[in-house]
Formats: sequence, structure tokens, C-alpha cells
Amino acid sequence: MVPLPTDTPRTTAEPGLTFLGDAPYPVLVLAADGSVVHGSDAAWELIGGPAGVEGGTIAPWLLDAHLRISADRDGRDHDPRPAAVPVRGLLAAGEVEAHPSVRADGTVVWWLVDGADRGLALAVERERWSLLAQLSSLLLSSLNVQRCLETTAQQAAAHLADAAVVISPTSGRVLRFVSCVRGGRPVHGGVRADPAEVPGLAEALRGFPPVPSRWIDPDAAPDWLLPDGLDALGAVSVTPLPGHGVPAGALVLLRGPGHGAFAPSEEVFARLFAARAGAAVSAAVMYSEQAAVTDLLMRELLPPRLEQVNGTDYAGGYRASVDRDRIGGDFYDVHPAADPDGETLAVLGDVCGKGLEAAVLTGKIRNTLHALLPMADDHPRLLTLLNRALLTSHHTRFATMVLASVRRREERVTVRLSAAGHPAPLIVRADGRVEAARTSGSLVGALPETTVESDTVVLAPGEACVLYSDGVTEARGGPLGDAMFGEERLRRVLGECGSTPAEAIVERVLMLASQWVGSGRHDDMAVMVVAAPRSGGLPGDGGRGIDGFAA
Amino acid sequence: MTALDITVTTPSAGAADHWADELWAAVAAGSESAARAVAFGALNAGVSPESVLLDVIAEVQARVGHAWAANRMTVAQEHAATAVNDRVVTALAHHPAVLDATPRDSRGRVTVSCVDGEWHAFPARLLAQVLSLHGWEVDHLGAQVPTPHLIGRLHRSAPVALALSASLAPRLPAAHTAITAAQAAGVPVLAGGAAFGPDGCYARLLGADGWAGHARGAAEWLADGPPAPVRHQPLDDLPHLADQEYTLVSRSAPRLVGAVMSGLAERVPAVRGYAEVQLQRTAEDIAHIVDFLAAALYTDDRDLFGRFLTWTAGVLTVRAVPAASLLPALDVLRHELRDLPRSVTILDHGRTVVDLLTDPPNVLHQHQHHGNPA
Repeated sequence: MVPLPTDTPRTTAEPGLTFLGDAPYPVLVLAADGSVVHGSDAAWELIGGPAGVEGGTIAPWLLDAHLRISADRDGRDHDPRPAAVPVRGLLAAGEVEAHPSVRADGTVVWWLVDGADRGLALAVERERWSLLAQLSSLLLSSLNVQRCLETTAQQAAAHLADAAVVISPTSGRVLRFVSCVRGGRPVHGGVRADPAEVPGLAEALRGFPPVPSRWIDPDAAPDWLLPDGLDALGAVSVTPLPGHGVPAGALVLLRGPGHGAFAPSEEVFARLFAARAGAAVSAAVMYSEQAAVTDLLMRELLPPRLEQVNGTDYAGGYRASVDRDRIGGDFYDVHPAADPDGETLAVLGDVCGKGLEAAVLTGKIRNTLHALLPMADDHPRLLTLLNRALLTSHHTRFATMVLASVRRREERVTVRLSAAGHPAPLIVRADGRVEAARTSGSLVGALPETTVESDTVVLAPGEACVLYSDGVTEARGGPLGDAMFGEERLRRVLGECGSTPAEAIVERVLMLASQWVGSGRHDDMAVMVVAAPRSGGLPGDGGRGIDGFAA
Repeated sequence: MTALDITVTTPSAGAADHWADELWAAVAAGSESAARAVAFGALNAGVSPESVLLDVIAEVQARVGHAWAANRMTVAQEHAATAVNDRVVTALAHHPAVLDATPRDSRGRVTVSCVDGEWHAFPARLLAQVLSLHGWEVDHLGAQVPTPHLIGRLHRSAPVALALSASLAPRLPAAHTAITAAQAAGVPVLAGGAAFGPDGCYARLLGADGWAGHARGAAEWLADGPPAPVRHQPLDDLPHLADQEYTLVSRSAPRLVGAVMSGLAERVPAVRGYAEVQLQRTAEDIAHIVDFLAAALYTDDRDLFGRFLTWTAGVLTVRAVPAASLLPALDVLRHELRDLPRSVTILDHGRTVVDLLTDPPNVLHQHQHHGNPA
């Protein structure tokens, strides 16, 4: 900046130009010789002198540009408005962009656009923040560790570097990583290597602050770090992924040769990026650890898969009241007899309550019953022992159940049934007749003594014994909304199931009961069918299709 | 109304036809051992495992659906036949020819699942088997999978894709929820099954990443490499839902059914004499009409409702119930919903469809009455 030449005196504002004081940009009107015709207050502030005060300076770069325009115009009088291009330079207040508009009288209006560079910086910042927001939404939607690592690698490669490698937190001697080159798909890899081979990596994996990129010699990077598609390295940056209290791995950014090292501002941004990725990876790690524990515990509580045992068909189906859980207070089990002619014990029961807590008690009851199998031939005794065991446990819940001791003799299957506080099983005859077994008794785990009356039924080929929990009959819903499914309807459904395979009966009952409740609330529902296999021939024709419109 | 065509079948090869006939005989007789013998026989005769699954077993399952619709099979017989077919599929998985045809190396994991509330498990079951023949590690979740459970599984297993099956159009809103949730979890969704409409138009409408009309198409889609899932919100796909008609109709469905029942009793004297069971079945049929109306509102497609009525009219007719018996129910429903313009349009379209089915143009009548007796 030089002092204003003495031959460019500041003149007082030309009356016709005072409106320029309100212009959205600082504005300066210069005469052809470079003297100031008018300057808005904002312009004087930029130039560095208060308005109307002598001694302000006009930067040489602006004066040069102005004089060039004037000279240009003199050279071709026929065109009163020579091409005017904006120029950039420093004023007292910082960098500006000066846009000229040449007037017919030869004066030039200079519009000074402040902080053109700041606009650019703002655009960069905006882009980075929208990238972070995008990354957050991509990462938050997945609770899978591998997916989170893949997303991190892919997004880092797309926006931060030519390629990115995300290293999983170490467990054991193998380093596991996901690498991705820009525009490519993430690739999983593993290598038996010491993280210390990559300068800064061992520190990052232990959560120490990152080593500045310029300290890392790209030539020292081991080959395994280089993903397919990137031939040589020009710069490497290592950033820790901060997790929930423990490091969640490290992000390695790679750049090909010729682009220089990562700038400090890029490293700062990489850390912001890594913070989000690290939080997501940590959440996913936590979720998958919890899920693994839940799955393991749940496996014992899930109803078993049933099949044919000693010539008798068994099928079971279950629908938990809490959809997410898939377990609840109903249970069923089949304990096959040791020898083919022995008695197989099938049990279906219902613990008072629903959800996880009830499910835990079903597990205990199932284990206790398993231990009591040697006395399965004596139902009253078995129930008495089970009752005692439940009374002495700290649980305040009680249970109802049906015991079915099943033995096949030639074509027929004999079933001894004892219902302890539970709906009596329904017998489906081959011709579609439905009868209730004549058994009843007290529930288990509430009273000091139990009583039970057992019933023995014989199933001919194609006949079935249906055990169910009251969640089926007490299901509320139906086309009109609040009717009970009820035993009558269940009997009618079963009436269509003469000579039907066991699985088909289970599926039909559960399907109709589920459709009955629709999206409404319901209790746990369990159905188990014990059936004598059909010897052949066509299934009975006891059913009907839809015929409601028989007007 | 529990049976629909299984759409996983493709035009069967000539050789497979013969085996399909044999299997049909065994399945219709409810004989599991005979059915298994036929399927094994086909494998031993050199029919490929995939062809046995799709051109023989799926073909027979489709015939089961047709037989039910044509009133040649009861609902219980249909369930029994399906159970036999299902056992055959299970047995097939252990046959040496199937084991030999299954690649050892996994191409990746794929989840196969039915939509929440969908009980037609068989198409998904067949698809799962076919995909494992193509080398995919299949996580088969079965029928009636609650959406929260499905999404939990997706988070845990992070499959290459989710193949989502639905047979009935009223499952489409639940399918939509599952599709958007799976995509949000980063899993692309391949939709399949009759619910997604002819040519999969509703799969596109609901923003699924792909659609396959049959199991072979699904295998091809997976082999091509599923695209990255498109993330979107349910309302983005279906702006018409903002008019709340779908919400109103589906939320008040039981009340609507009750209103139609009392309206029918006024208009159709015979209904007053119905026995309890008959009344109940009528209520269930009306509930189906309301369900499909809601599905038509959800997709904003009156043809969905029209196709449902055409199908229902056919099912009724073979059971000696005139299709015209649908009309009073449609009229009462229209009266109940007269303030909802989209519902009225759909119901009017439905009436036109049923009118055409029950009242053929007079020309035809005249032709029959006065035509050349030949």
C-alpha cells in the first residue's frame, strides 16, 4: 500500500451518487484519472481510512487495474464499455475482489466484494459438515460391526483420501482391517503383523493422540497396507477411532504420490470424522456382544423343533406375546422314551405372566421336569414333586400344564393325559369329530398339595391330540374387533382337520388365532399336536371354503 | 381366503411335467412316503435339484392353490398337501444329488424371510433351498416374522441382501416397513411373491431394490450383485398417504365390518336368517374386503381392489355363491365411506368390475337365446 498520489485528490461526493451509500457492497467510483469521485462509507473502511478524511490510500493493484481499463477505453472510443474483469488484491481489511462497471462518462464503479476467500472457506466447511451429517446417518443406521467398518472405509476413501484402511481393535496377533480405494468396494483383510510396522498405528490402536502426517514416511509403510488399486504412496495419516472408553480401532488414510502430505486442517477434519465412526463402531461392538449373550441364553429357552418319535408324529408351534422376544411364558417339550416301546413324555405348559421373566421360569420348569423323567409313569407324583420344587423356589409365579405320556402299539397310539390347571386337550378323530379329554387338576406352584385326574385316549391312524395354551382360546379380535377366539371356534377349526398331518394342524390353529388378533395385543400362544400317522388314503373332507355370501 | 397362486414357478420343462403329475397324485393323496419317492425318483432320473424344486414341487404347490380356489380341495386338505410338500423339500436337502449340487464355498450370506403377518411360508422355503444350491449361505427365518425380530437379525448377520416374501396384498404396509428398515440398516431388499403385484409394480412403489417373479430370477439378481440400498422414508414413496384415508380405513376396520354387517341385514333379508357360523364367515369375508380396500388405498391403485374382487368372485362362483352377492357389501361400504374420495373411487371401480362379471352385456344373452342352435 502506498499513500494516495497527490494528483488523485478526494473530491466531495457527487450529489447523484449518494444513493450508493445504501449499496449492499462497498463501492468506489473512480474518475478516468484514478481520482475518487465517490466512496461509500463501507468502502472507506475497507481501504483503511475513515470516510471523508484525507490520507486514505488506494492500493496500487486497484489503481493499476483502473488505469488499465481507462487506457483500454481511450484506445477504442467506438466501444464505450470495454471488457471489465474483476481483480483481486489485499486492502487494509483483508482480501477483496473488485468488480468494475464502466460508466458512459468514463468513470468506473468498483464493487468491492469482501472476503471472497472466506466464501470459499465457508463452502468447504459446509461441505465437510454435510459430509459429517451424512456419515453419521449412514453409521447410525447399522448396528453391525463389519458394516460400520465398511461404511467408514468407503466414506473416508470417497472424501478424505485416495484410499482408506480401517483397522479393527486388536485381539490376538492377527490385524484385521477393511480397506477401500476411492470409488471401490470395501475389502476385508487380515494379516499377521505387528501394528508398530506402521508409524503411529500401534499408538492409535491404544488410543494415544495421533502422530502428525508429516512425520510418517510413506515409504516405510508395509505392503499389506496398500490396497489393490493404489500403486504407490505419497502420504499416510493415522487417526485413532475413539470408542466408548476403549479405542475402537484406527483409520489410516492413504494418498498416492504427487499430492503432498495431509494438511493440518485435513487432519483435524479426519479426527472429527473418526470420532463419529468410532462411536458407531463401539455401539455396534456393544450391541453384537449383547446380542451374542442374549442368543446364547435364548437358545435354551426357545421351543424345540419337534418331529416323529418312535412312530408317533409330534409338531409344535409358538407365538410369543412380545414379538421381538420370540420367547415367553408358554413352553412345550418332548422327552423321547429310551426304547421304542417305552412311554414318551410330551409336556405343554404356561407360566403365569409373559415376557423374559416368565421365559426364565419356563426354563427352570423344563429342567426340573427333565430331572423328574424317571417317574414320568406316575403323573400325580411327578406333579406333586414339581409343585414342591416350585413352592420352595423364590419365584412367586405359578404354572399350568398338560402331561402326555405317549406309547405306540401297532397302528394305534395311547396317550395318558393329565391337565394341571390347564385347558383339557382336544382329540381330533379321523372323521373330524372333536372331543375334549376328561382330565382336570390343580395348577402347579401355588397350593401346598396338588390333585389331578388323568384320562387315557387311544388315537387311531390319522387321529390327533391337540394341546394348547389359553393364549389361543382367549385371543381377542376377529372381524368385529373384540370377540374372543374361544374353544367353540377352536373345535370348529379342528373339525376340519381330521386326518391332517400334525404340522398342518399346528400351522392352521396358530395362523387362524394370529389372524384373529391381527395387530392387537395377545398373550403367548402355544400349540402341540401328538398324532398317530395316517396309514394311507385320502384325508377326510370335513372342511369348507368360504361361503359367507350364501345370500 | 388362504390360498393364492405360488408365483415362484416358471414354465416347466417337458420332462419335469411328468414328475409333477406323479408328485401331484402323491401329494393329493396325502402320502408323504409316495411323494418323497417321486421327488427322489426325479433326482435319480437326472432331473436337476433346482428343476425338482421349481418345476416339480413348486408346480404341484401351484396346483394345490388352484385346486383350493376351484373348490376341489378343502382348506384343511390344502394345509395337509402343503405339509407333505414341505416334508419333501426337507427330505430332498439330504439327498446325495442335492448335496453334490451345492457348492462348498459360500458366496455370502442372504436372509430369506416372510413379511410380518404372512403365513404362506412355502415360496420362501423353496427360494431358500434354491439359493443354497446357488452357493449362498441362507439365513431362512420362515413365516410370520415380526419386523423388529427381522431387523435385529439383519443387524447381527449383515447379509448381502434380504429376500422378502409376501403373498397377500394386505401385507404390503408391513412389507413397506420391513423394506425401509432393512435398507436403513444397509441391507438391500429383493421383493418377491404375489403381493407385490403383476410385474412387481408394488415392489417398485415401496422402494425395494429389486423384484423377482420367481426363484431363478432371484438367484440371477443376487448373482449380478445387489445395488447399494436406497435409503428413504415410507412417506417419501407414498405422498398420497397424507390424506389419512388409509389410516382411517385400516384403523376403523372392525367398526366398518360391523357397520356393513348391520347394513347387509337391512338390505338382504336372507342375512337375517343366517346361523351364527354363517354370520361369522360373512364377517370374515367383509373383513377381507376392507383389508384389500386398505391395501388399495395404501398403494393408491384401484386395480389392486379390482383384481381381488375378480379373484373372490371366481372363488365364490365355484362354491355356488353368485358373485353378485358381493354388491350389497360394496354398496354399504361405499355409503359408510362416502366422505373419503379415494375410497369412493376404489369402491366404484370395484362395483364396475363385479357388475361386468355378473351381468355380461345383453348381446351375449341374445346370442345365446336366439343364436343358431347348430
